[in-house]
Amino acid sequence: MRENHGGAGPLLEVRNVSLQFGGIAALTDVNLTVHPGELMSVIGPNGAGKTSLFNCITGLYRPTAGDIFFGGRRINGLTADRIAALGIARTFQNIELFSHMTTLDNLLLGRHLHMRAGFFDAAFATRRWWRNEVAQRRRVEEIMDMLDLQSVRHRRVASLPYGMQKLVEVGRALATEPRLLLLDEPSAGMTEEEKADLVFTIRDVQEELGIAVVLGGDDLRMVMEISQRIVVLDRGRVIADDVPAVVQKDPKVIEAYLGEEAMDPARGA
Amino acid sequence: MTQLIQRYEEEMALVRGGAAWTGLVLLLGALAALPWLLPGYYVYILNFVGINVIVAIGLNLLVGYTGQISLGHVGFVAIGAYAATHFIRATEASGVVAALGGPFWMAVFIGGAAAAVFGVLVGLPAIRLEGPYLTIVTLGFGLAVQQILINWPAVSGGRIGMFVPQPALGSFVLGSDRSLYYLVWTVVIGMSLVAFNLTRSHVGRAFIAIRDSDIAAEVTGVNLKYYKTLAFAVSAFYAGAAGALLAYVMQYLEPTMFNLYESIYYLAMVVVGGLGTIPGAMFGAVLLTLLQYGLSHAQEYLPVIYGGIVILVMALEPMGLYGRWLKIKLWMKTWPM
Ligand SMILES: Nc1ncnc2c1ncn2[C@@H]1O[C@H](COP(=O)(O)OP(=O)(O)O)[C@@H](O)[C@H]1O
Ligand SMILES: [Mg+2]
Repeated sequence: MRENHGGAGPLLEVRNVSLQFGGIAALTDVNLTVHPGELMSVIGPNGAGKTSLFNCITGLYRPTAGDIFFGGRRINGLTADRIAALGIARTFQNIELFSHMTTLDNLLLGRHLHMRAGFFDAAFATRRWWRNEVAQRRRVEEIMDMLDLQSVRHRRVASLPYGMQKLVEVGRALATEPRLLLLDEPSAGMTEEEKADLVFTIRDVQEELGIAVVLGGDDLRMVMEISQRIVVLDRGRVIADDVPAVVQKDPKVIEAYLGEEAMDPARGA
Repeated sequence: MTQLIQRYEEEMALVRGGAAWTGLVLLLGALAALPWLLPGYYVYILNFVGINVIVAIGLNLLVGYTGQISLGHVGFVAIGAYAATHFIRATEASGVVAALGGPFWMAVFIGGAAAAVFGVLVGLPAIRLEGPYLTIVTLGFGLAVQQILINWPAVSGGRIGMFVPQPALGSFVLGSDRSLYYLVWTVVIGMSLVAFNLTRSHVGRAFIAIRDSDIAAEVTGVNLKYYKTLAFAVSAFYAGAAGALLAYVMQYLEPTMFNLYESIYYLAMVVVGGLGTIPGAMFGAVLLTLLQYGLSHAQEYLPVIYGGIVILVMALEPMGLYGRWLKIKLWMKTWPM
């Protein structure tokens, strides 16, 4: 099963990663470290490369240069499902749920990695399949309790309100039992009340389950409030990496965000 | 805890509640009694209905569940039919396998397995190709199979075609339409059960997940290469097994039987019945096959009529007939309020 590589070392190490789309440099020489159980954020103006970075880490994009290590093991080049099996889970900026499935089935898909029954077990509903399936359902139950999803257990996720859908996505990611959880703009489009709930949930997840959480982008006030550390990206480069109080006063960071506001005052951020 | 487990097992059960069990028993009883109530020609037609139900269920696993459209399913049916027929002829000639209690059930399995091998081959490009490009590959496959059969008399018997020996178990010959009916519908029931099992399991969830969001499926741990190919293999197995049964029922094969229209009809069954549900595939296959024989004196209009039905159903009820049925059921449940 999952190995625990040297407890003290970093959990995730992004080393000199660059990502090129034709002429566009989405990421340039990015370095970043995540420690086990840490709650940190990657922020930056729109188009800074946050989503691209998450896509590299989860194997959806392949970096054009550099390496990514997880638990001491090189993961760039592995397929996304292999990376998920090693213990990295994520949510998407634009919700990517299995919209025709119920909440329960979405979370159960999160248990896919943990199924120890094969195709023929499923086809003939062997005892091994029943045992496995019941075990996954029990595990999903705990997650639904934790995220308060029981009331929508059998609802098709497409019919759920936006904030609830985001929560189902978090649940599906947690169901994989990751050691690292990447949340891409989790509070985007949420009401203030939902945002406040989300802060609690993220803290809960990080403290109770002891997993490392990386927030991408998102509501700046919220990020400042809950992050232990913040990495700032601007046009694909890391321009700051420190505790919130220091990052907040960094002139380079202020300039990056001001630049954006000057270009697009409506967007805020 | 035991209560929870019971609740899970209830959620996981295929047939839930007394009414559902009663309905199922009645349906199975009716299926068993039909060949004794209907004249022979209708039994013969019901054999084709059963065969098409099998193809449609398999095709729905690919199209409705995984979201990969096949316009070449007739190719898998043909491969199953010819593989089974050659197997039967070879065993008859040698007399070895008959001692094992074969070969008809083995022939059905071999038809399915041979088609599944080709399913894997056709499915492999699915990893790279998406949407219309993949559909064109399947279209090309279906056409190629027919062309190869036409031009390869050693396999297809050429212009004369090929006769299929009757299914037998030792000295017991299943020659009549009625005994073929029981063979066909036993396979229908068995393969339906497997399909229901698959769709309620992690395999079915992975199929739907790939259709709804392949990137989310991937980062949640679903091996896209494996499951996309698996969907093709399983779907082709259903078509191939149906092909073997078709060989038995027709008792004669020639390449012209396996033309592009058949592939389109299979797809129409799935669409009309309801994409992404097993009962939907069954509904569609039963309806369109009966229609095909009901209109047997107007064969040339069949494509037009099928096309019209597909357009009508798509316009009025995109979830297919089964989707409409579910809505009616829901409506009746809530009606008094
Ligand atoms: N698939 C892609 N093809 C081309 N350019 C891309 C692609 N994905 C991202 N980019 C570019 O990379 C840059 C970073 O984008 P992104 O990672 O989405 O930023 P953020 O998430 O910080 O808003 C942008 O300039 C964007 O246009
Ligand atoms: Mg983004």
